[in-house]
Amino acid sequence: MRAYENITGLPPLVADQPADQLPRLLPAGFAAGPASLAEHIGRYGLLPSSSGDRPDRQALIGEVERSGLTGRGGAAFPTARKLAAVAAQAAPVVVANGTEGEPASAKDKVLLARSPHLVLDGAVLAAAMVGARQAVVVVHQSVREILDQAVAERRRAGLDRVRIRLVTGADRFVGGEASAVVHWIERGVPAPTLTPPRLSERGLGGKPTLVQNVETLAHLALVARYGASWFRALGTAREPGTMLVTILGAVNEPCVHEIAIGTPVGEVLSLAGGASAPLQALLLGGYFGRWAGASEAVPLPFSTAGLAPLGAGPGAGLIAALPADACGLAETARVVRYLADESAGQCGPCLFGLDAVAGEVQRLADGRTSSLATLRRWLGQVDGRGACRHPDGTVGLIRSALTVFAAELDQHAQGWCCATRRGAVLPVPPRRQP
Amino acid sequence: MTRPARLRVDPIACDGRGLCAEILPGLITLDDWGYPVIQGEVPAALVADAGEAVRVCPKLALHLEKRR
Repeated sequence: MRAYENITGLPPLVADQPADQLPRLLPAGFAAGPASLAEHIGRYGLLPSSSGDRPDRQALIGEVERSGLTGRGGAAFPTARKLAAVAAQAAPVVVANGTEGEPASAKDKVLLARSPHLVLDGAVLAAAMVGARQAVVVVHQSVREILDQAVAERRRAGLDRVRIRLVTGADRFVGGEASAVVHWIERGVPAPTLTPPRLSERGLGGKPTLVQNVETLAHLALVARYGASWFRALGTAREPGTMLVTILGAVNEPCVHEIAIGTPVGEVLSLAGGASAPLQALLLGGYFGRWAGASEAVPLPFSTAGLAPLGAGPGAGLIAALPADACGLAETARVVRYLADESAGQCGPCLFGLDAVAGEVQRLADGRTSSLATLRRWLGQVDGRGACRHPDGTVGLIRSALTVFAAELDQHAQGWCCATRRGAVLPVPPRRQP
Repeated sequence: MTRPARLRVDPIACDGRGLCAEILPGLITLDDWGYPVIQGEVPAALVADAGEAVRVCPKLALHLEKRR
């Protein structure tokens, strides 16, 4: 593949990235601040040119397919299939999704803050691969300035043929859902829309739209440079590559780390300095994830296949450690109240059902009069009843809490709780005033 | 012969008026908040009633999808 036109003033370095070394996406070492364009090109070399010829595009999509890259926003959908679906259509648009509305997750913000050019490379590349002239890059407000500067650097260097448009994401939990991102860009409404039509058929401005998580795009930019077998050198055969994880809760150094997919959960915790207290449970995947007993989860590989026996998955790469002296029911109740409040309010079962569910979970946690049977009926009535998966994700979290904290449930029903810790473990923003 | 069909609710458009459940009591139940839950496919005998339910929905939130 040919390189981009040589950029004036920048060394035409093409660095070799050892396939088996971490990190791939984040700058190595502890240098603060974002990697500049010169540092970025010094490390990775220039992006191979995708001239926009159909055979070139097809070949690159084939390489992505061989790489086995999947979406890193939580759904793990094969990236090549999404690319191919949009590439087959006329006049598409690319959206790089760095909304990251989940309060516990930081991996997209860290990636954008440290390696903005890798994400922008991926967005530009994806646009070239599907034949789009514009890439809309949606980022959390905390990293907006860094991205503004990175885009300006690229403009000065005349790097991209694709127009990059930056948009600050909606600071809402559901704002990161793919159709909600498109709705937000288009009309300033951070609420999902009904599918079908699929975004790949009719999305932004009615055009076929590829929405990819920013981490996925960063991986894409590396697959284009170094190829599928390089990408597959880390990770498992079924789930190749690396992923960013946010590790928080009762660990010594809460952080974002890049791991090979399939790294045992216990090893991931030690990347965060290990547990800071005896652990009771882990929240895996995110607020749409699952609770799992700490001792059951620690030896398992952090991968879809590895966590499947616990009914859990890596989701958007979150591991939250719950110490033994905290109350899992109280933590769940707080998160569920937050999730209910974050309903876009469009679908009745989500708006009214999640509110009722959140109240019942809170009563269970408080040891007040409550009914587990009613709660379970409501969970069944809410599950799968929205335009998006917001109700389903919340239901999954609660069901796992009812299993993992079953012993606590009995105690709370009898009016006591063995938690001694004050203060919350899982972060939840203050309640909005209605 | 009537082909099997499936009712689908647009959950964003649906306002829980409940007319559909009155017309198709066996096929549509209401959840605790008054929103319709579709119980499986539309049997051939109920396809005409299902069409009626689609027509009378004041929010145009009910759709009948013919299976191929």
